[in-house]
Amino acid sequence: MEHSEIMELLPAYVDQELGIAETLTVQSHLDSCPECRREYAEQSALSKCVRTETAYFKAPPDLAARIAAHIPDTLPQDKPRRISLPSFPASWGLSSNLSWLQVGTAMATLLVAVWSAGLYLNLPTADDRITEEAISNHVRSLQADHLTDVASTDQHTVKPWFNGKLNFAPTVIDLAPQGFVLEGGRLDYLDGHPVAALIYRRQKHPINLYIWPANGKDAGPKAESSRGYHVVHWTADEMHYWAVSDVEESELLKFSGILRLATHQ
Amino acid sequence: MTDPIKNRRFHMLVMPHLNSAFNLACWLTRSRHDAEDLVQEASLRAFRFFDGFHGDDARAWLLTIVRNTFYTWYQENHAQQQNTLFDEEFHSLDTTDAVDMHYRDNNPEKLLLRKDSERQLQQGLAALPLEFREVMVMRELEDLSYKQIAGIVDIPIGTVMSRLGRGRKLLAKILAPANQGE
Repeated sequence: MEHSEIMELLPAYVDQELGIAETLTVQSHLDSCPECRREYAEQSALSKCVRTETAYFKAPPDLAARIAAHIPDTLPQDKPRRISLPSFPASWGLSSNLSWLQVGTAMATLLVAVWSAGLYLNLPTADDRITEEAISNHVRSLQADHLTDVASTDQHTVKPWFNGKLNFAPTVIDLAPQGFVLEGGRLDYLDGHPVAALIYRRQKHPINLYIWPANGKDAGPKAESSRGYHVVHWTADEMHYWAVSDVEESELLKFSGILRLATHQ
Repeated sequence: MTDPIKNRRFHMLVMPHLNSAFNLACWLTRSRHDAEDLVQEASLRAFRFFDGFHGDDARAWLLTIVRNTFYTWYQENHAQQQNTLFDEEFHSLDTTDAVDMHYRDNNPEKLLLRKDSERQLQQGLAALPLEFREVMVMRELEDLSYKQIAGIVDIPIGTVMSRLGRGRKLLAKILAPANQGE
């Protein structure tokens, strides 16, 4: 790629919006081009300044109430129809002014309501999506026999391997004494970001630990399961951690607990 | 779908993004007062169109409506005066009024420059032309992805990238004279 093309990609490089191939191309160009390095520094400094030093305007507390007041509880309908269920026993006879047709309508309405609520509850959340994606990555890493790009049980070999491949430095800690043996590292792609994947092994079970930078607050470990795999994820020190394995959930929670303790030291 | 369900879904899916809507509206209108009106009108519009919302990104959907509502309003009323119109309240904002300032960077050099630069940044960003200001706010303050921004502004992802790049350069230029001699 030419210098001018790289220059144009720099905003997206700052924002971590490039694919892995382009990210690597830009990275290697930066090593040899002072002009692009300056431009990159300016772009990222500006971005950081705006993020940390400009005001975020929160909605005034009464705004939500004012809007709600304008939203009708029930939208006006062409034919207002009131359906009240009969009270026993007086109206549950032929004298009832509620015909079976109306009961049927009410049941149908109820059915639609329950179904809609079900649809809503089934909407996948962002976490669900990442869980599915993380499990797919985990499975693929085992299928393609591509578990590690750098195979080493030495954290001091694995950590530097990521230098220049990612624009953050993942914490790499060997947990062999606790029964989780570090096997190596790999580049992967998750939730639209290039991520570090660390591979640990618990007896025969491989564990993929995905790490990438977070913007949000710390979040405690959450466990999820899908397709027979377990996922435990948490956010700490501005990093997302997602651990995926077929090992028992309690083991994976233990793994996350040990790791959280170790990284906080 | 029955209306109480629509109402509840709207409150659960859309209303939680009122802060994002208000923040974008403030930066678009550069006035808290106008932003309140804008968000109110956009929210009611969103409720009217809510039956047509089938996606999973309610925030981007609401921001699209806020932005469209703003541009309609802007073309109707303020096209001529917009560039001279500065809201005193917005521009005299001190940091105690601006909630949720997040300081992640504790580099001492930055700390020294912070007091001045906050104000300059605030005014610099507000002074950017709309097309750059909106993508900067969506990216840096709302942390939206290029794809989400492209959808909201209705431009290709490549254009999001170049506008952000040019916006940052412009802002750097605006801030440069002020930073000299510090």
